[in-house]
Amino acid sequence: MSEAFEELRDLYQEVILDHGRHPRNFRRLDGALHAKGDNPMCGDKVEVWLKLGAGERIEDAAFQGRGCAISIASASLMTEVLRGKTKDQARSLADAFRTLARTGACPVCGEVHAEDMERLQPLSGVAEYPSRVKCATLAWHAMEAALKGEGSATTE
Amino acid sequence: MNDAPPVAAGFDVQAIRAQFPILKEQVRGKPLVFLDSAASAQKPRAVIEAMVHAMEHQYANVHRGLHWMSERTTEAFESCRDAAARFLNAGSRDEIVLTRNSTEGINLVAHSYGRGVMTPGQAVVISEMEHHSNIVPWQMLRDAHGIELRIAKVTDAGELDMDAFAALLADGKVGLVAITHMSNVLGSYTPAERIVRLAHEAGAKVLFDGSQAAVHRRVDVQALDADFYVFTGHKLYGPTGIGVLYGKAALLDRMPPFLGGGDMISTVSFERSEWARVPHKFEAGTPPILEGIGLKAAIEWVERIGFPAMESHERALTDHALARLSAIEGVTVIGRAQDRGGVVSFTLDRAHAHDVATLLDRQGIAVRAGHHCAEPLMRRFGLDSTARASFGVYTTRSEIDALAEALTRVRTFFR
Repeated sequence: MSEAFEELRDLYQEVILDHGRHPRNFRRLDGALHAKGDNPMCGDKVEVWLKLGAGERIEDAAFQGRGCAISIASASLMTEVLRGKTKDQARSLADAFRTLARTGACPVCGEVHAEDMERLQPLSGVAEYPSRVKCATLAWHAMEAALKGEGSATTE
Repeated sequence: MNDAPPVAAGFDVQAIRAQFPILKEQVRGKPLVFLDSAASAQKPRAVIEAMVHAMEHQYANVHRGLHWMSERTTEAFESCRDAAARFLNAGSRDEIVLTRNSTEGINLVAHSYGRGVMTPGQAVVISEMEHHSNIVPWQMLRDAHGIELRIAKVTDAGELDMDAFAALLADGKVGLVAITHMSNVLGSYTPAERIVRLAHEAGAKVLFDGSQAAVHRRVDVQALDADFYVFTGHKLYGPTGIGVLYGKAALLDRMPPFLGGGDMISTVSFERSEWARVPHKFEAGTPPILEGIGLKAAIEWVERIGFPAMESHERALTDHALARLSAIEGVTVIGRAQDRGGVVSFTLDRAHAHDVATLLDRQGIAVRAGHHCAEPLMRRFGLDSTARASFGVYTTRSEIDALAEALTRVRTFFR
């Protein structure tokens, strides 16, 4: 794309546009852990499903919802990186991602989550927009609520 | 900038812009294109200097000190009341209650008129296009005092449905109509004169939320025969923390106080207190002194430019914006009212309003996105959110062109 889009591209990288347009795992899962996430400030809504398999590892993750490209892309990427994680690993990754979204970096996260954090790196640009950080973290809050057996999460 | 000729004699938008220091700022290395004045307007040097001058040369608490500084500060602060009375053409300065903002003015009426004068079983009418600040206080009144809340419909064009409105008044139970004078989302003015006439014929009083309208159009509360009218200083190029409630003297006299404290009493003993006279009865505690001085400067500044010039400038901008935005494929403008002020809400087919706002911001353009504190109106139009561009006296034609071009880029970007 032309130079005119450079200033747009550094926040909305191709990965975000792609996942925003064509979210992965955009479906429901029967008999899975489930929670809703709600951002009352902007009306974004997301539902997350997690299916646990052998060794209590996440065998399948899916979501549905509506919202901005950042919230949808974040949820979509999340469902991809969660597969195979234990509950503790999923929670730890959620902490790492929140740090990335809030501050734009997570220097210590790489030791444990190097590969996943690289996948999530395109979302780091939201750190510049405190009001948009909640868009990026909404699905992650819902995921943690599902793991805890709570039905819902809110960014407020 | 390459602007069209001034729309009114003597109206020079560049000369006006030169009075707003902030408009020289750059955002992301680009000149600030500020299209969010409906949320809060920028401040001219006259307002900034009036407040700084007070702090540097003439400041003390008001209404009580027997010393020179207090007397002078009281005069300066109280002259805000005179300016506001003149601005709204109130019958008397005693009909001007100084509040923190429009929200406080509405809450004051909901409390002191709603609970103090209205009786359970009566109804309040609001409309579908109210800001939350003109919804929630009435829900609180409904729940606390047995008042019915009725909602007047808005047409698909974004105008008040006057037949439906009249029908809500028919049973004579409505004690108060509390309605916006101009929608902060759709830009629509409501037909204030007709609303007042119909309401009064049905025995109801009328409160206008003038937060948007008072910025764009001359308001004459006596000509309108409005019973209450509120507006806020910070949208009128003045400071935050100061607003105005106009109320007819006969109504204010009948109403009990809202907040209790110093300044709103004449005598206090542990057995009982007596209230100060109107309007001080409604102004408990140390008032927003510097903000009042700033608001007075803002009102005088606006009066120097004059509403005829401001309104025609903003009308031309709005027409230009409607034409430019409507011409972009995938853009839908929400609200097609005939009589409208400088607010344009829109959606883009390929992107959520928040993405639109962020991507416009990357290009140096400030718009608002979201539900604009009007969730019921969003639902009425089947939307979660819109982007909103709003204009002020300093907005230029080329800024609207910049918005249109940036929006076209956003759509291409979301191909």
